[in-house]
Amino acid sequence: MNASSEQRAKCEISFTVNEESETVHAYPMERLLDVLRHELGLTGTKEGCGEGECGSCSVLVDGLLVNSCLIPVLQASGAKIVTIEGLVSDGRMQFLQQSFLDCGGAQCGICTPGMILAAHHLLSKKPQPNLEEIREGLSGNLCRCTGYAQIIESVEKAARLGVAT
Amino acid sequence: MHGSRFFRLSRTANFSTVCHTLMQAGKPCKRLDDSAIRMKNTPIVGTSVPRMEGRDKVTGHARYVDDMVLPGMLYGATVRSGIPRGKIKMFTFAPGIDWNEFVIVSPRDIPGKNCIALIEDDQPCLADGIVNHPEEPLLLLAHADRHLLPKAVEAVSVEYDPLPAIFTMEESEAQSQIIWGTDNIFKSYLIEKGDVDAVWQNADHIVEAEYTTGAQEQLYIENNGMIAAFDPQQGLTVWGSLQCPYYVHKALMKLFALPADRVRVVQMETGGAFGGKEEYPSMIAAHAALLAMKSGKPVKIIYDRMEDMTATTKRHPSRTRHRTAVSKDGRILAGEIDFTIDGGAYKTLSPVVLSRGAIHAGGSYYWPSIRIRAKAIATNTPPHGAFRGFGAPQSLFALERHMDRIAQVVGLSPVEVRRRNFLKPGQTTTTGQTVNEAIDLGKLLDRALELSDYHAKKEKFAKENQQGSHKKGMGIAAFLHGAGFTGSGERFLGSVVGVEACADGSLRILVSSTEFGQGTNTVLCQIAADALGLRYEDVGIAQPDTHEVPNSGPTVASRTVMVVGKLVQSAALGIRKTLTASGMLEESYSPEEFRAACRAYVAEHGKFRTFAQYEQPEDIVWDEEKYRGSAYAAFAWAVYVAEVTVDLTTYNVTVDDFVALQEIGKVLHPVLAKGQIIGGVAQGIGFALYEKVIWGQGRMQNGQMTNYIMPTSADLPPIRVYFEELGNVHGAFGAKGIGELPMDGPAPAIVNAIENALNVPFHSIPLLPEDIFAALSERAAPEALAPSARGDR
Repeated sequence: MNASSEQRAKCEISFTVNEESETVHAYPMERLLDVLRHELGLTGTKEGCGEGECGSCSVLVDGLLVNSCLIPVLQASGAKIVTIEGLVSDGRMQFLQQSFLDCGGAQCGICTPGMILAAHHLLSKKPQPNLEEIREGLSGNLCRCTGYAQIIESVEKAARLGVAT
Repeated sequence: MHGSRFFRLSRTANFSTVCHTLMQAGKPCKRLDDSAIRMKNTPIVGTSVPRMEGRDKVTGHARYVDDMVLPGMLYGATVRSGIPRGKIKMFTFAPGIDWNEFVIVSPRDIPGKNCIALIEDDQPCLADGIVNHPEEPLLLLAHADRHLLPKAVEAVSVEYDPLPAIFTMEESEAQSQIIWGTDNIFKSYLIEKGDVDAVWQNADHIVEAEYTTGAQEQLYIENNGMIAAFDPQQGLTVWGSLQCPYYVHKALMKLFALPADRVRVVQMETGGAFGGKEEYPSMIAAHAALLAMKSGKPVKIIYDRMEDMTATTKRHPSRTRHRTAVSKDGRILAGEIDFTIDGGAYKTLSPVVLSRGAIHAGGSYYWPSIRIRAKAIATNTPPHGAFRGFGAPQSLFALERHMDRIAQVVGLSPVEVRRRNFLKPGQTTTTGQTVNEAIDLGKLLDRALELSDYHAKKEKFAKENQQGSHKKGMGIAAFLHGAGFTGSGERFLGSVVGVEACADGSLRILVSSTEFGQGTNTVLCQIAADALGLRYEDVGIAQPDTHEVPNSGPTVASRTVMVVGKLVQSAALGIRKTLTASGMLEESYSPEEFRAACRAYVAEHGKFRTFAQYEQPEDIVWDEEKYRGSAYAAFAWAVYVAEVTVDLTTYNVTVDDFVALQEIGKVLHPVLAKGQIIGGVAQGIGFALYEKVIWGQGRMQNGQMTNYIMPTSADLPPIRVYFEELGNVHGAFGAKGIGELPMDGPAPAIVNAIENALNVPFHSIPLLPEDIFAALSERAAPEALAPSARGDR
């Protein structure tokens, strides 16, 4: 493939990311993960496995929690995408981030953005989850450092903080 | 360097050791000479301050190597061997690809020696002429469009004269093919204590068994990656995901024949490592650097998950044979242990893994006499390497299974046989090291049994197991883990630590010790702050960069808090000593006054750094020839208890409860320490029950998270963590190393519990449902059993 045929293979795709309209010039089957990271510089979304097992690349697409490594960017055309960077001033996100800091929910940090997004998604659907619901809600996000206990504790604490306000 | 001071770590009892001694004597601990401490009554050590780099991690701002982009950067990829052993005849580059667009590196492009320097220089950076395992790097490609690389790698084909390969320890030992050296043996050790041979004849029982453990993938969530840039004047710079900046530095110097000051290694935020980023990053750095030098552009190499899992290191598979002489009252009289690990195709770190595994093979028991023969052998698989525990989880799995077997033969409970053989203060370990701390393993065991409600549950399960399809069991493991490099290792390392007073009056710790989740940054800052009576926010830590930081040694072997932490304490005190000597600081000061003094000193003298270098304490004596003496400056001790259920419909094992009790010296940061233990136990549960590497022709066949299964949040039990704090004279503020300890105990505790549930012994891990099914099916068929066993039914 030479440079000119490469250009022809790419196309323009538009969507909303963190409430900003974006148009990217990308291969249609390029992973949403790569477009977010490489084209838009949103490196808070991480790659772990590239096959939808680990959840490190979790983002919200039209309100659904998805693995962005499994989504061809063409499929995101017209969608509303939210990444960890887009929730910086969200109250629930701030509780989660603080709780992860307080309870030891983040160790190496590579799964953390995806984990926190999954937790955010869980709490937005179910503000007071029980232990089983938290374990289930986070079971699509792998963490090799923590053994999950302090992550679960972090989510429980964030849920409590959410009620207190 | 003006204003620089070099302080040696005192061999004599310093402040913290004096303090520790007083505490042991039961007297109130008074702060003796530290006027600084008077100024701040709230110690930071022992509290759970926020993780130093935590805010960046929870917001997604932390910068990992794949988050970094340099102008004009190319992407690199690796062409690998694909066959386990053979002679390279020729390469063919398939048509249909414009190869002129690609940068191509072959062994001819290596300016220095074609090796990844580590213990020995036997592993090539790029295989030249011959390949010894199926993931051996042959050629490197780079292109500006990373999408074009996978197809290009596929389009390079290699023609070989294949050679016969060997894949098992038995094939390697039989020496039908010699694939390394003259006998396929990378290293062997002999540890001997007492007269083993005299005991067998009169022993009441001789208990023999063989135990095996499988390879285990570290499975950090961030794959390996590196970026390299080359400048003809400045030399080479690499940024990457790594544990040991100076290992990479050493390897690059040799490969490129460059002096130290023209190779620079910078650690980026590192997304998990567990030993898996100890030695292999040198290889990836070398590859990125070769492409960068040839292209004149920066080059990034990021492995995808499959390449990371199949090509990089894993835990050494092991085989341990025990033969133990035991008296009728359950006392160990003598033992012979034969410990063998599979090192893969090149030596890499196998001798050191073997050493730790061999020294831990006798565990936390007193052996009046013992002979441990250990060897690391070669097979045509990618080299196995460092993984949390470093040989000890393998040999301790065998030992702690064997203790249950001894209990059964003698007719004692697993609890009692351990209690009767525990090491006591004043006794010696297998290497002849005297236990000189006040550890009471019997009490540790009692507390673990109480916390887990062991006895009551065991009794209850024995009754309930008589019916139903869910069988429950309790299992224990008692063990130890040595902190720091083995034997004279720390003396040879001679680690150096610096502390810098910055222009704004804050302090900055200068170490090559890396953060990859364990909490290095946080704990070292706590130590420095408390050493000087400052606030946590007065201290920071430099990004590990070989142009900026001295070599404080590799971040491995549970050594950072204990060894490097102690040096941080000394170097920090050096800053104060200089300030008071210069008259800029009073004996008694507030944190603000300290900062003001630092500012004034830097304004007057410029750069202000103090350093401390490790000196081996006099009570640590090691004979490398005879493998005798003080193997470790300190041991952490533990008793773990597992409660399991085996479902006889699915043969699935669930761990229902897990108690992890350990004595780790002083707990410097409760949240981080607890996180280390829980995370280690989770990896241990995976090691025991889930994580199976499937091999085919020397290559991992299941190099995906889809089919290599690690525990999820839905799989793990409550892991209940408890600490005892005896202190440690050799560690900062009495700390010992804890990173690896929790990897050692879970597997044997769980398999012991499974045996308790099913009355069937298992000798190998990983133990998957199909293995349990097979064993139970075999037991159900009477003709498959020995005559004596049939007679018993």
